Amino acid sequence: MKSKNPNHLRSIFAHVLLIILSFMCLFFFYILFINATRSHADLQKGFSALPGGYLLQNLKNVANDGTFPMFRGILNSLIVFGCSAAICTYFSSLTAYGLYAYNFKLKKAAFTFIMAILVMPTQVTAMGFLRLVTNMGMYDSLLPLIIPSIASPAVFYFMYSYLQSSLPMSLIEAARIDGSGEFKTFNRIVIPIMKPAIAVQAIFTFVGSWNNYFVPALVIQSKDKMTVPILIATLRGADYMNFDMGKIYTMILVAIVPIILVYLFLSKYIIAGVTLGGVKE
Amino acid sequence: MKPKNKKIDYSKWGYLFILPFFVSFFIFSLIPLVDTIRYSFFEYYRSGIKEIGPNFIGLENYISLLGSDMLKYAGNTMILWIIGFIPQIVIALLLAEWFVDARLKIHGTQFFKVVIYLPNLIMASAFAMLFFTMFSTNGPINSILLSMGLTGKPIDFLGSVLGTRSLVGLMNFLMWFGNTTIMLMAAIMGISPDVFEAAELDGCNSVQRFFFITLPQIRPILAYTLITSIIGGLQMFDVPQILTNGQGTPDRTSMTLIMFLNSHLKSKNYGMAGALSVYLFVVSGILCFVVYRMTNNDDPDGSKAAAKKAKKQRRG
Repeated sequence: MKSKNPNHLRSIFAHVLLIILSFMCLFFFYILFINATRSHADLQKGFSALPGGYLLQNLKNVANDGTFPMFRGILNSLIVFGCSAAICTYFSSLTAYGLYAYNFKLKKAAFTFIMAILVMPTQVTAMGFLRLVTNMGMYDSLLPLIIPSIASPAVFYFMYSYLQSSLPMSLIEAARIDGSGEFKTFNRIVIPIMKPAIAVQAIFTFVGSWNNYFVPALVIQSKDKMTVPILIATLRGADYMNFDMGKIYTMILVAIVPIILVYLFLSKYIIAGVTLGGVKE
Repeated sequence: MKPKNKKIDYSKWGYLFILPFFVSFFIFSLIPLVDTIRYSFFEYYRSGIKEIGPNFIGLENYISLLGSDMLKYAGNTMILWIIGFIPQIVIALLLAEWFVDARLKIHGTQFFKVVIYLPNLIMASAFAMLFFTMFSTNGPINSILLSMGLTGKPIDFLGSVLGTRSLVGLMNFLMWFGNTTIMLMAAIMGISPDVFEAAELDGCNSVQRFFFITLPQIRPILAYTLITSIIGGLQMFDVPQILTNGQGTPDRTSMTLIMFLNSHLKSKNYGMAGALSVYLFVVSGILCFVVYRMTNNDDPDGSKAAAKKAKKQRRG
């Protein structure tokens, strides 16, 4: 019984700290939500802990604001990042399968190469990337945000580890004996087996590129092609003190709600996915 | 020509399957990289509407960067990273240890995990914008502090060096500690329970167990977390950029390297941007190499040092 007491104390301490940390994490979102439901005049009077009834009006104001086309931005973001997630996971699986299932001369070299660029920051090539995109006539378009995601070393590594643990080569050989073509084998047999890994990585790619700001900010110029993070940045750059504060909070709310919704539905998979690949993105 | 049925050569499929990756990498990463390196040796910038260069000037960009504020920005980046990283790793270690300790009987583990991971998914730019409005002189934080009587007049958080840096550090902490906790938790759960049982029999208390068993055992993952976090820190951009509107205010004390790069790119100063990129490339290249060694080594270094340390402890 003697050893139970210190554990009890530690347990209380642990719970207190956890509650404080959770409070810190949620507090900001709470303020955001509260402030998004109040009018500008209300907000000037000071902070209140209770929500107001102004959310719909604020949402309407955001929707009708021509200078910050927030909903257009969300649509752009959805297009770009939906495509990125799809392309990225498909081609990463393809690359992983190519390196996993076949033996060829450059196999080892290719694998080593991909592992070497695993954590290379995209920022170091940004200058050349910008010039390349301009020369290819893709400046100020959404394509350069989508196509490069074909080569994602981190996703590849995740897929490769997953294949190692869950795809027996005998299955592929069986498919070959049954006369299935290589490409068909990949699409019909390997992809279904990889579904869990693809789901996890699709979520991460989606979240990662949804939040991506550096590259889009360099490439996109015109208002109607801006993605959400750029719109937020222009909001910060504008002379914001003259703005309707309720509208600003609502814009931020609108920008993060989609991700929070995705997260609440898929949190179990996301948290499990963090450790699976062991790669931070 | 009859195909040999016995032995079909599948290797061409291998090449075909990995082709898209390498083509895409070649076009969108390798060509830009070479281009970046090439222009780092040129005088090439835009002044007004006139384009100067490109004229070959050798290493001049590199030298003038060393004379500029680059080192100061490198220092800023490091300070901002440390402010966020130290609390992050300490809290993450504590939480990970608690979550796996069955004797503590933490209630609602799943709930806490979901909550602490949440900030990681929030768009950094929106998060920074939110902090900017909340901590502005007439924002809700000041209004709460005023009404509680904790301060006489509004605090100008973003007007002071300490305030701005702390805010950036706080945001980085909030965004990453959940992720680190979950990573470390997986590492701790990977330790063989026999080790813990043996320690218990030897009368090890929880503090000793943490320092002499858990820490040395998860050393590889700790090192991995450290390096990836350094690489992430090197790329720090969104949060300080939006919080300070790209100015690194006050007096450029929160300007990071990537913000510096971004301002060169925006003003189309390609030569300088190239040289700065090459500096960043070299540093991250070294870090990449370290990570590569760690992810491709079955017995990553660190275990030996841990064993030595344990031995020393036993003797002492």
